[in-house]
Amino acid sequence: MRYFADWIIENLEFTRAIPSEYVYLIIMVVGGLLLLLFVVPMAGALTFVERRVAGKMQSRIGPNRVGPQGIFQFVADGVKLILKEDIIPTAADRRLFKLAPYIVFVGSFLTFAALPFSQKLIAADLNIGILYIFAVSSMVVVGIIMSGWASNNNLSLLGGMRSAAQIISYEVPQILSVLAVILLTGTLGMQGTIKAQGWAPQHWFLFHNPFAFIAFFVFFISAVAECNRIPFDIPEAESELVSGYNTEYSGFRFGLFFLAEFANVYVISAVAVTLFLGGWNTPFYLPTGIWGLLPSAVNLAGLITFLIKTFVLVFVCMWLRWTLPRLRVDQLMTVGWKYMVPIAFFNLVGTAVWMLVWGDKSIAALLGG
Amino acid sequence: MVSVEHYLILSGILFAIGVIGVLTRRNAIIVFMCIELMLNAVNLSFVAFARHFNDMSGHIFVFMIMTVAAAEAAVGLAIILAIFRNRETVDVDEINIMKW
Amino acid sequence: MQSFNIVVYVFAAIIVASAALVAFSRNLVYSAFALLFTFFGVAGIYVMLSADFLAAVQLLIYVGGILVLIIFAVMLTHRISDVEISNQSLRPAQGALILIGIMAVLLGVIFKTQWSLEGQLEYQATTALIGDLLLKKYLLPFEIVSVLLLAALMGAAVIVRKEVRGEQSGGKS
Repeated sequence: MRYFADWIIENLEFTRAIPSEYVYLIIMVVGGLLLLLFVVPMAGALTFVERRVAGKMQSRIGPNRVGPQGIFQFVADGVKLILKEDIIPTAADRRLFKLAPYIVFVGSFLTFAALPFSQKLIAADLNIGILYIFAVSSMVVVGIIMSGWASNNNLSLLGGMRSAAQIISYEVPQILSVLAVILLTGTLGMQGTIKAQGWAPQHWFLFHNPFAFIAFFVFFISAVAECNRIPFDIPEAESELVSGYNTEYSGFRFGLFFLAEFANVYVISAVAVTLFLGGWNTPFYLPTGIWGLLPSAVNLAGLITFLIKTFVLVFVCMWLRWTLPRLRVDQLMTVGWKYMVPIAFFNLVGTAVWMLVWGDKSIAALLGG
Repeated sequence: MVSVEHYLILSGILFAIGVIGVLTRRNAIIVFMCIELMLNAVNLSFVAFARHFNDMSGHIFVFMIMTVAAAEAAVGLAIILAIFRNRETVDVDEINIMKW
Repeated sequence: MQSFNIVVYVFAAIIVASAALVAFSRNLVYSAFALLFTFFGVAGIYVMLSADFLAAVQLLIYVGGILVLIIFAVMLTHRISDVEISNQSLRPAQGALILIGIMAVLLGVIFKTQWSLEGQLEYQATTALIGDLLLKKYLLPFEIVSVLLLAALMGAAVIVRKEVRGEQSGGKS
């Protein structure tokens, strides 16, 4: 966004009359709205894709009525959610009940500000990018507990508490596994991490060294757990807790929880692609600066590469969801604390030793001489 | 540009609110939260000074305070929970068995 | 820098309002959730003070860790069905007096001191600088604090675990 704002101030005559800070302000608001315009339909479309994928995996059809192959199903669902009555239970704490979905949604939407899309397409390339993403997504936990408490319903409260316990447990291995990559790059910025990788798989951090390879799986499993998805979906286990923390919600507020959940799936996939799978590095060389800026072919190719990789990972999430059974609470905590955390620590130390012995050379570089 | 006094006044207000909460509230958890407010107020003034004098040591202090606050949260809340299980109350006026 | 000032004052207003809610709300749960906004506002002020790394760490530790612990404690020390938890405050008049006293002292100190005027400081990335300081100049405090964290971790586990055993021997409550 910064490049874009600078470009506008430089090239458009009429903006010079206004002070530059207001131009930046307007650009940022517009950028936020654009992101929202990306997130909401994307999350909506993912719900449809998920249902179709589930249908295929279970040898049934899935939604196919609205539009060709049912692709407008999510529009219909969205309209339905917005038009439905917004019920607040009489026993609920009204203020917190109303506030909770917004905190959950804001927590997951804020992460998009630091997510890269292509070489120049990023809302804010923060120098603490990955830390920022973990920091703002910790707001989601508070929103989830708030919704569980405010509903004044035992099932909701149990769901909220389980979710909080799960998220703060799995945050530990997640951050530890990311630390392995941070050791390799020496930067917390998202674009810097991508630039440190190449286009080919052997230049990705996934295949950089054995420890990074394990770190990817630790990261991905913990991230799936953070999203409360099967096999880690005990907070909203349908067969035990009705729907967990969002049991009492309906209409628009329920839609916000739903959007946040699918936005989170996209976020974890995008972060995994950024950290381990080479990000937007395109496999062929493209001349830079055809028109100088945003609509250039390089950016477009980068954007497409990034989105393809991300949606492959999103598909893996769906695949897991419709293949695996749900873990019990004690199994979940066992996996988190007794396996994930020690493995993540081992990875961290292993990566440090690798750096000590071979520097930041990857396996490919060592084999290639 | 907001000068350092403004941040210090904000920090002072936050600290005073924390003190008043610790002094007047009787629920141990509220007292605990107000202590966190006071720690935050101190952190705020450290960061303001670090910016004012362009010295990174203030950031290190804040870092240490945050770590101590985290340790305090773990132990303090564990103690409050233990007391609640024994005495069925978290009212600091009723937890007076150590008073002679 | 008009908009900069406005943003700082907005964060300051958020901090003061939510801190007042934390300290004076009759509802324990409201206090706990108001703390979220205080921590968020403080993180915002950190950003305005060019302490980006600390702002992220503030959110990560306070919101993701301490606040969640506090909310857990609130919920475990009361019956689940109590949405409305009232708690009394004691002697508000004396409290207000002390508040005024502390504010007077603090404001007096702040206004009496001659703050040297600094020029416009550039925004800089602080992460590398903090890492440098932590592992060179402040290595010993860093190590001590890590030992402290480990001790606190084990201490908290021991305190809570003992209670579980006592409950089992004394019958289920």
